[in-house]
Amino acid sequence: MDMPKPNPTILARKSQLLDRLASFLPREALIHDPAETRAYECDGLTAYKCPPLAVVLPASTAEVSETLKICNDMGVPVVPRGAGTSLAGGALPTEDSVIIGVARMNEVLETDYDNRFIRVQTGRTNLSVTGAVEEEGFFYAPDPSSQLACAISGNIAMNSGGAHCLKYGVTTNNLMGVTMVLMDGTVTEIGGAHLDAEGLDLLGLICGSEGQLGIVTEATLRILHKPEGARPVLIGYDSSEVAGQCVSDIIKAGVLPVAIEFMDRPCIRATEAFAGAGYPDCEALLIVEVEGSDAEIDEQLETIMDIARKHDPVELRQSSSDDESKRIWLGRKSAFGAMGKINDYMCLDGTIPVNELPYVLKRIGEMSKEYGLDVANVFHAGDGNMHPLILFDANKEGDLELCEDLGADILRLCVEVGGCLTGEHGVGIEKRDLMLHQYDPPDLEIQMAVKDVFDPKWLLNPAKVFPLASSDTRRIAAE
Amino acid sequence: MKALAPTSEAELAEMVASASEPLRVMGSGTRPIGVPVNGQPLTTSGLSGVNLYEPGALTLVVQSGTPVEDVRKTLAKEGQRLAFEPMDHRGLLGTTGEPTIGGVFAANVSGPRRIQAGAARDFLLGVRFVDGQGQVTRNGGRVMKNVTGYDLVKLMAGSFGTLGVMTELALKVLPASHQTATITLSGLDDTTAVAALSRALGSPFEITGAAHRQTEDGPQTCLRIEGFEKSVAYRAGQLQTLLADLGTAEIETDPDANATLWQDIRDVACFHDGPGDVWRLSVKPSDAPGIKAQVDGAEALYDWGGGLVWLRVPQDTQADTIRATVNAAGGHATLIRGNRAGGVFQPLSPPIAALQDGLRARFDPRGILNPGLMGRAA
Repeated sequence: MDMPKPNPTILARKSQLLDRLASFLPREALIHDPAETRAYECDGLTAYKCPPLAVVLPASTAEVSETLKICNDMGVPVVPRGAGTSLAGGALPTEDSVIIGVARMNEVLETDYDNRFIRVQTGRTNLSVTGAVEEEGFFYAPDPSSQLACAISGNIAMNSGGAHCLKYGVTTNNLMGVTMVLMDGTVTEIGGAHLDAEGLDLLGLICGSEGQLGIVTEATLRILHKPEGARPVLIGYDSSEVAGQCVSDIIKAGVLPVAIEFMDRPCIRATEAFAGAGYPDCEALLIVEVEGSDAEIDEQLETIMDIARKHDPVELRQSSSDDESKRIWLGRKSAFGAMGKINDYMCLDGTIPVNELPYVLKRIGEMSKEYGLDVANVFHAGDGNMHPLILFDANKEGDLELCEDLGADILRLCVEVGGCLTGEHGVGIEKRDLMLHQYDPPDLEIQMAVKDVFDPKWLLNPAKVFPLASSDTRRIAAE
Repeated sequence: MKALAPTSEAELAEMVASASEPLRVMGSGTRPIGVPVNGQPLTTSGLSGVNLYEPGALTLVVQSGTPVEDVRKTLAKEGQRLAFEPMDHRGLLGTTGEPTIGGVFAANVSGPRRIQAGAARDFLLGVRFVDGQGQVTRNGGRVMKNVTGYDLVKLMAGSFGTLGVMTELALKVLPASHQTATITLSGLDDTTAVAALSRALGSPFEITGAAHRQTEDGPQTCLRIEGFEKSVAYRAGQLQTLLADLGTAEIETDPDANATLWQDIRDVACFHDGPGDVWRLSVKPSDAPGIKAQVDGAEALYDWGGGLVWLRVPQDTQADTIRATVNAAGGHATLIRGNRAGGVFQPLSPPIAALQDGLRARFDPRGILNPGLMGRAA
C-alpha cells in the first residue's frame, strides 16, 4: 500500500508544533512520546501501520477548533479518529500527521423523548447511545457489528449501517444535525432537532465523507421506540439461487423484515463446528427476523413461511421462544469468530443488486477455485451488502497478496453487476485504488472539488478515498 | 421565451456547455419555489421513461423528466410505491402541468410518511447529472448501501437545480401497504394535539402519518397506521387506549376515505383556496404551537407530528416576523406562496453560506444554473 512520503518540513518543525499545542492543551490531552503514539499506528485494518507525529485527545469542541487552527496554519495533516474500529484503514495515520481522537468527548448533551432525539458528543460509542435512552424504551437504530466499541464520529464518517438497516436505514437516515469543525478551525452547526436541514444538504454530504471535510464533535440523532418484540425464522435451501429468489419474494410480498441474513455452506459448516447452533448442512441458509406484537409477528412470519415453503426448503424453523431465537442467531453472530478460528481471513464489503445474488455467488465460487483460496459468504441479503470472507494463511509467503488480488476481483465483479465497492466499511486506503473501477475520472474530479471547498489545503485525513494518482496534483499543490 | 427541451442526456450536456446566458432549470414547472430566475427556460420533460425496474430488489431507475404519475403507475402494478409520499404543489401554487420525478428530488419533496419512511433524499440511491460546464457526472448507484466516495446524491436532492441538471435517478421503492387505518381525536387545542402526536410517535406502534388540522367540524388530530390487516387492527386499538384520556378516538379503515384524508394533508388542501401567504416551517415539534401563536392572524396545518408547520398568514406579512420566531426556536422557514421580497429560503449562517457558495462555484463555475433562485430577492 503506497502512502505519500512524509513532508520533511513538517517533521523538522515537530517541536514547534508540539509547543503550540501544549500551550493550550492539558498534559494528558497531548501524546507525542513514540512509545505511546504507537498505540495509534493503525485501526481495525492492522495490515498497515504507521505511528503519527502526535495524538491530540481534546475534551471539547473548542479544543478541536484550536488544534485544527494550528495544524492548518502550519500545514500539518490531521487524521480524525473515533474508536479506531475502521476496517478500511480510514484512521491510518501518516508519519507527518496529527491524530485528533474524540474518544474522550463522550457525553450525552440532551435527550428529548417528546421530540425523539438525543444530542451527544461524537466520541460516544454507538451502543451507549441506545444505553442512554433504553430505560425509557427507546433505541438508536443503526447497529454496525462493532457497535459495542465504535464511536458515533466514525459512524458518521463512514455512514455505518448494520443488520437492521433494511428497515431502519443507515446513519445518514438517522442523523439530524451536527456540530462540525472545519480544517481552519471554524465551528459550524448544520441541521438540528428538526427534520430536513435548510439549504443544500450538507448533512448528507458530510455523512460518509470519511473525515475529509471536517471533524464532527456533536451530533443530534433520531431515536425510536423499541418494538414490542422480535422473532426470527431460519430457512435452509440446497441452492443459493432459490434462497435468493425467496428473499426477493419476501420483499415483494410487502413484508419488511428488520433483517434478512444469508450464509453459504462453507460458512455454515465453520460456524457449526465453532458454535454448534444446530444449523442444517445446506447450500444456503436465511435468517429472517420480523418485529412487532406477538400477533403481528405471527402474521408476518406466516406470510414469510408460506413463501419459503413454495421454494421447497430443506429446513424451516420458526422460533417459539427467546431461547430458540438466541440459538437461531447464535451461528450468524459467531460467524466471523468461527472463520477466524480456522483461518486468517480477509473480509470484503461489496454491494450488489439483490437479484444478482445467484450469479455473483456462482462467480465467486469459480474465482475461489482459480485462485486456490476458499471463500465463505455471510451477509445482509435484504440489501445486497455482501461480506465474502477470503481464507488465507498469513504465514505463507505470497498468500496475502493473492488474497488481495482475489478480493479486488470480487469487488470488481460487484461493480460489474451494478453494485459498488463498499456498502458499509468505507473506502479508506483499502479500496482507494479501485475507485476508478466504479467511477470515471470526471465523477471523482467533482468529488475532489467538494473537498477543495471544505479543506483547500487537503490536510484532513490525507491519502484516503481517492487514488493517489488522481489526487496527487491537488496534494502537491497544497504543500 | 421558448424552453430548451433536450431529449437526451448528450443533447442536454451540449446545450448547457454552449449556453451563454443563465438557464432556468425545471421539470415541468409545477413547483416554482424560490426567486424566479431570469434566464432561458430549460425543461427536462423530454427526458422521460423507466430505464430499469427490479421489484424484487426494490429499485427503479428512471429518467428525470418522467411524470410522477407514470412512476406511481409503474410501481402500483407490482404493489409498490414511493414511500416518501411526494407532495403535489399544483393545488397550493395554482400551477398546471405534470410534476416530474426530477422535480420531486430537486426540491426534496416529501409527504406525511416522512416521519417513518424518510424524506425524498433518503430514497435517492444514485444520480446522473450535467454540471454547469456541461460535464456528465454520476454518483451513487442502484444499491441500498453504498459508501463508495462522497455522497453527492444527497447533495443533489434539494439543490433546486443549482448544482446540476439531473438526468437519471436510481430510487429505492417499497411495497405498498395492505391496509390503512386513521385514528382521529377531535377538538384538541394545538398544544395538546402536538403532545398527543408526540406520545403516539414515541410508542412502538409505527405511526406513518401524524397531523393536526382544522376542519369545518373543528380541529382533528390524525394518526395513520399501515400494514397487514390484523396488525393494523391491533395497533389502532392500542393507540386508542394510549390516548384515551384525551377523548374517544374514531377509527377509519375505508381505503378511499384514508387516501383522500392523507392526500389533503400531503397537498395542504386547506390552503388551496383563498388569499394569504403560505410558509413551510421545519421545527422541533414541541415548538410548533408556540411559533404559530406568535404570528398574528396565522392559521396552521401541522404535519410530521408537529415538526412540519404549514402557516397561512395575511398577505404580505413580513418575512422577518416569521423568521424571528423560527430562529429563536431553531429550525427554518421557507416561503412557498406569496411576496418574495423578503427572501424565500432561510438565510444561512456565514460559514454555511460560504460552503454553499463554494460548492455552487465548483459545480457551476459560470453561475448559469438557476442563479439567484436560492438567494435573497434583489
